[in-house]
Amino acid sequence: MNASSIQGTNPGMNDAILQVEHLSMKFGGLVAIGDLSFTARRGEITALIGPNGAGKTTVFNCITGFYKPSEGMITLNRNDGSSFLLERLPNHEIPARAKVARTFQNIRLFSGMTLLENLLVAQHNKLMKASGYTILGLFGFSSYRKASAESVELAKHWLEKADLVDRADDPAGDLPYGAQRRLEIARAMCTGPELLCLDEPAAGLNPKESAALNELLIDIKKTSGASILLIEHDMSVVMQISDHVVVLEYGRKISDGSPQSVRTDPRVIAAYLGVDDEEVESVLTEVGDEDVIEQLDTGPDAAHGPGTSSSYLAGPVTDTIGHSEGERVTVSKGASKAAQVDAKAKNAPRKPSERATAKPAAKTPTAKPRGGRK
Amino acid sequence: MAVTVSPERDTVATPMQRALREALYAGAISFGLFVLFIGLKTGQNISNELVLTTRWGLLAAVVIATAVGRFLYVAYGQPFLANQKITDVATGLLPASVASRFFQLPAFIVAIIAAVLLFVFNSSLAGWVGAEPAGYLQFLRALAVIYVLACVIYYFRAFIHANFTKLGIAALMLYPILVVAVLSLSAWSIASGLQGSLKWVDNFGIQILIYVMLAWGLNIVVGLAGLLDLGYVAFYAIGAYAYALLGTQYGLSFWILLPAAGAMAAFWGVLLGFPVLRLRGDYLAIVTLAFGEIIRLVLINWREVTNGSAGISGIPKVSFFGLMSFNVSDPNYIAKVLGIAQSGAYYKIFLYYLILGLCLLTAFVTIRLRRLPVGRAWEALREDEIACRSLGINTTTTKLTAFATGAMFGGFAGSFFAARQGFVSPESFVFLESAIILAIVVLGGMGSLVGIAVAAMVMIGGTEALRELDFLKQIFGPDFTPELYRMLLFGMAMVIVMLWKPRGFVGSREPTAFLKVRRAVSGSFTKEGHG
Ligand SMILES: Nc1ncnc2c1ncn2[C@@H]1O[C@H](COP(=O)(O)OP(=O)(O)OP(=O)(O)O)[C@@H](O)[C@H]1O
Ligand SMILES: [Mg+2]
Repeated sequence: MNASSIQGTNPGMNDAILQVEHLSMKFGGLVAIGDLSFTARRGEITALIGPNGAGKTTVFNCITGFYKPSEGMITLNRNDGSSFLLERLPNHEIPARAKVARTFQNIRLFSGMTLLENLLVAQHNKLMKASGYTILGLFGFSSYRKASAESVELAKHWLEKADLVDRADDPAGDLPYGAQRRLEIARAMCTGPELLCLDEPAAGLNPKESAALNELLIDIKKTSGASILLIEHDMSVVMQISDHVVVLEYGRKISDGSPQSVRTDPRVIAAYLGVDDEEVESVLTEVGDEDVIEQLDTGPDAAHGPGTSSSYLAGPVTDTIGHSEGERVTVSKGASKAAQVDAKAKNAPRKPSERATAKPAAKTPTAKPRGGRK
Repeated sequence: MAVTVSPERDTVATPMQRALREALYAGAISFGLFVLFIGLKTGQNISNELVLTTRWGLLAAVVIATAVGRFLYVAYGQPFLANQKITDVATGLLPASVASRFFQLPAFIVAIIAAVLLFVFNSSLAGWVGAEPAGYLQFLRALAVIYVLACVIYYFRAFIHANFTKLGIAALMLYPILVVAVLSLSAWSIASGLQGSLKWVDNFGIQILIYVMLAWGLNIVVGLAGLLDLGYVAFYAIGAYAYALLGTQYGLSFWILLPAAGAMAAFWGVLLGFPVLRLRGDYLAIVTLAFGEIIRLVLINWREVTNGSAGISGIPKVSFFGLMSFNVSDPNYIAKVLGIAQSGAYYKIFLYYLILGLCLLTAFVTIRLRRLPVGRAWEALREDEIACRSLGINTTTTKLTAFATGAMFGGFAGSFFAARQGFVSPESFVFLESAIILAIVVLGGMGSLVGIAVAAMVMIGGTEALRELDFLKQIFGPDFTPELYRMLLFGMAMVIVMLWKPRGFVGSREPTAFLKVRRAVSGSFTKEGHG
């Protein structure tokens, strides 16, 4: 009866908790996500990585209903077999019915409320039912008192997991940064989610806090049965805890696979570390890109921006979502490093392909994103 | 080019020098400010010509007073205040606080004796010393009473602080009884005591409690949910007109119409809520303001129903739950039933307890709601709406319930208002009312019931009390009309309070649940909401 909830019929499909198919999101002329497809498997930690401005947060906003995607389909398969098309659900029903919880890149706590209250607000829908939509609760029915005590227990459970139980009665705004991040995760877990979306949980944490976070995430994965979708710039976190990595660049998927395979993917390395400038030029002149030839004549290349960082400041990205070119999204020529690697591999087949991979691969052990958090 | 710093600049001026300098500056500034305001006065003479009168003497007095005040403050006030914070080297103790030196037992006893004596010989005073000094003595008596009360409050401050709510409710319960008792005693007659109590119970008690109730209602919308509503008076008007119209047209009883008026106001709250849900902050404030004006204009212009600006009169009185009535002509008039003397005060005292009950109901419901998920969702909405949505809270219905609940209490207060006045007209529901109610909420500290009640008492009681400044006539001469300075004093008081306590009287927030200890949350963490 409800278009957004299709009863799952194929149990095999339930292996994937989240399926993103042909998702694209445009802001005016800017293509933040172009034709992105990936799946997150149940019980796994899936990491979504990519340079700044790659569109990772936008993917989260589409999944959790803060943005309505321009195109595409996002299917969530719950453990009980029901499926939801997230792009059709209203914003607040995604956590309530599809059981997707999220955290935010810039922490969003209820800073004037205590830690305990923060976790109780997260159990709003459950408590609302128990309080008979306020009516029973107003007259102090015992059923509500029981539910209320249970919710405090659940909050205590997650406070203990997040190592915050000592500060339960302090205002959330009073916590140090790392504790606020953990509290936000605990709050999301109090909604009883099946998919937990974390936007850069390790950003701004010191190594000790970061290790504690890793433990918390692995614990969540093992004990609560929630699958995790994770955006992270810190490669050590990604490599240690994720089971599956999806790499975005300019809103386009450039790699998808196990952490090891992604780490050695030349396209990923190019996207993060950049290709040497001479290499780019040689490739593009070989291809016969007039823009590059022109720019070579006119001195330094402003459009490429400083180095290879693809930051917000990298200039306008032209809207060239090219369906004519067969579902390929291109941004301003020469901006996507991964595309350059592709072009190079295609146009120089005689050259040993190791050349493209071997050199940057040597850098991988220390691979840190250049466009990481400031 | 080398810049040399003159050595004199580095030496610190003694307080006296500094005080003299600052006194000169203050005098110069006040001269600049007041030279046109006070120094010159324009008027008309008999032949309608503009005449300019100069008042240099007054100007000089003001300027000198400013300069002297600044001098005393800088030369003596500031060093004194600084000393208060320095511990004595020998004893390691802070100096005794000003308050404890000010409130001392001997002075307390003297004040009590003085007050009692002056009360006892009140009537014969004028005969002994003449009319004018008797006026000063009455002023002195008032000071003595205030001093005694302040002493009591000072010595029991810990106890009062701990049991503020209980003491407050007890005081409110006893207030009319005390007023009648004191007035009867001082006049040696119960009838005149009842008569005299009218002013205290009606102008002060009922008036303040109506605003307490309105402000508590608005507190749900502004203080808890963080939605800035400048048109709250519209719901007050809807409640008042609902009772006025249904009561006069169909003769329905107050006890049926009270919930009906509340429901009606809540319904309009939801109607207003729907279009403004998407708006935030300033935009929301402007639309609610417009809504308030629309309701008022409809009341003025829909003459067939509302009788326009002439208003509706003859609104039936509230009955004592249908058992006794307060109309002298009725067979079940309260004085006849109980066999006591006739007096208009019974009705006022009954109304006082009625509005007190309504206030307590509002407080009870608000406190309960805050501990229920819906109340927590309101506060969460004020803190961060996006986070609320990410937790599966339906922000639309949450905002609507806040609007509806707030409006409902406004409607209750409105129908009570109509019953008390016996007359309603659109003039009672102007924007200024909304502004006053909002000011009470902000002054009290958003979200805090106690703070708001105190703020209502200060604001409404203060404006009423400022009417009683007749003794100032003895100082400034009979032409002086203190009522005209009411609003000025009032505005100054508000500015001072907001400077002294920017988050209102009660800046902290009581948590709605706790694991180990209940600790108030400092106001610096809470947000005001964005609409
Ligand atoms: N609401 C919006 N309106 C217009 N453009 C937007 C909006 N949200 C995101 N964008 C643009 O979409 C692109 C992707 O942004 P997004 O925030 O998803 O990047 P990100 O991968 O999360 O980057 P970071 O690592 O810095 O968090 C950026 O170019 C950004 O400017
Ligand atoms: Mg982001």
